[in-house]
Amino acid sequence: MPKKINIAVTGLNAIDSPGPGIAVIRGLREAKSFDVRIIGLAYESLEPGIYMHDLIDKTYQIPYPSTGTDSLLKRLEYIQEQENLDVIIPNFDAELFPFIKLSPKLKEMGISTFLPTESQFEERHKINLPDFGKKYNIRVPHSKAIFSTVEIPGLVQEFNYPLVVKGKYYDAEIAHTPEQVQAYFTKISNKWGLPIIIQQYVKGTEYNATGLGDGKGNAISIVPMRKQYITDKGKAWGGISIDEEEIFNLTRHFIKTTKWRGGFELELIKDFSNSFYLLEVNPRMPAWIYLSVGVGQNIPEALVNLALEEKVEPYTDFAVGKMFIRYSYDMIVDVEEFHKISTLGEL
Amino acid sequence: MKIKKNVAVSESGYIFNPSTGESFSVNPSGIEIFNMVKEQKSYEEISAHFLKKYNTDKDTFEKDYNDFIGMLNHYLLLEKDHAEEN
Repeated sequence: MPKKINIAVTGLNAIDSPGPGIAVIRGLREAKSFDVRIIGLAYESLEPGIYMHDLIDKTYQIPYPSTGTDSLLKRLEYIQEQENLDVIIPNFDAELFPFIKLSPKLKEMGISTFLPTESQFEERHKINLPDFGKKYNIRVPHSKAIFSTVEIPGLVQEFNYPLVVKGKYYDAEIAHTPEQVQAYFTKISNKWGLPIIIQQYVKGTEYNATGLGDGKGNAISIVPMRKQYITDKGKAWGGISIDEEEIFNLTRHFIKTTKWRGGFELELIKDFSNSFYLLEVNPRMPAWIYLSVGVGQNIPEALVNLALEEKVEPYTDFAVGKMFIRYSYDMIVDVEEFHKISTLGEL
Repeated sequence: MKIKKNVAVSESGYIFNPSTGESFSVNPSGIEIFNMVKEQKSYEEISAHFLKKYNTDKDTFEKDYNDFIGMLNHYLLLEKDHAEEN
């Protein structure tokens, strides 16, 4: 009988631009090396995962990262008293930094994590991508951070139009003129703050790779995927597992040279000369992580075992040509449940 | 000329390239040519097979064959060294 462990998971917003939480939980539910009780951690009372009782045993609301680590820690201490958590898996870029900061304290409380180090988290940041590319010898498009619209006219000195206007954490728009850059600068900075990242647009085919690094330079898992159906927000609504040697080489190189610790997603583009560029490093598992389970590499399970300091053998094989096709689904929920999570912060 | 070793065509005519994740559909004649090229049959063997089996002439087949191989090349379904021969 496998041991039962208590795992808290964030990112329960299974919406059109979904958080990875539900996909992570599905992987954990299918783990062969342990049995789980899943505790959901939600920010908003309408995150769909809160109401998915077949996947999540209990959900607690937690404060937004912007409120500071003290209030988050306080809330986690309360949850720990109730639930005796073994592992927490944060799944949002914006909450990773506070969780990385809190991880020693969480460890003292008996809660394990398996997150990138603070320097790994910082150096792969969109703002630092050119230096990251130089340091690790990875091809990246030219980019720079701008803090004011005054800098927009000068961009022609360094970039060719079109270019990509990106938010600090999320959102990206392709701009063909300085006027469009201005409009996207305002729109994205209002939502995610400053700086805005300007990146040279590379025309080509988008690829992604998810994986897991053990923090010592070893790749526990690598699963490359090609997006087949992309939403208006640029999210994959369908994708297929592929076997592209160059993506494996690039991803292995990334894990080895950075000694990456934890789950990640690399966003790549192949231009017309068949060269791969690294567009972004997402420092956590992606929303399509369940594809890794579907192809035979249960990354959420392996990540939990690494967090618990269990021996984890690298995966060596996976099924090529497996597709994921996302769908939306209307749940019927009693208003009492909504009242309960909204007023008590628990369900 | 050589088709990449991990590329195959299904009975229904779907070609899947596992490196790029792209799928293509070909008609029954396409399946036949694809499989014969995959088996490394020569152009002469393939041409003789088609001229015997179908109501076509040598020039038309040559043109169609070259178009088809050109498409395989364009979609990166041929081994690199062999793709450059075309």
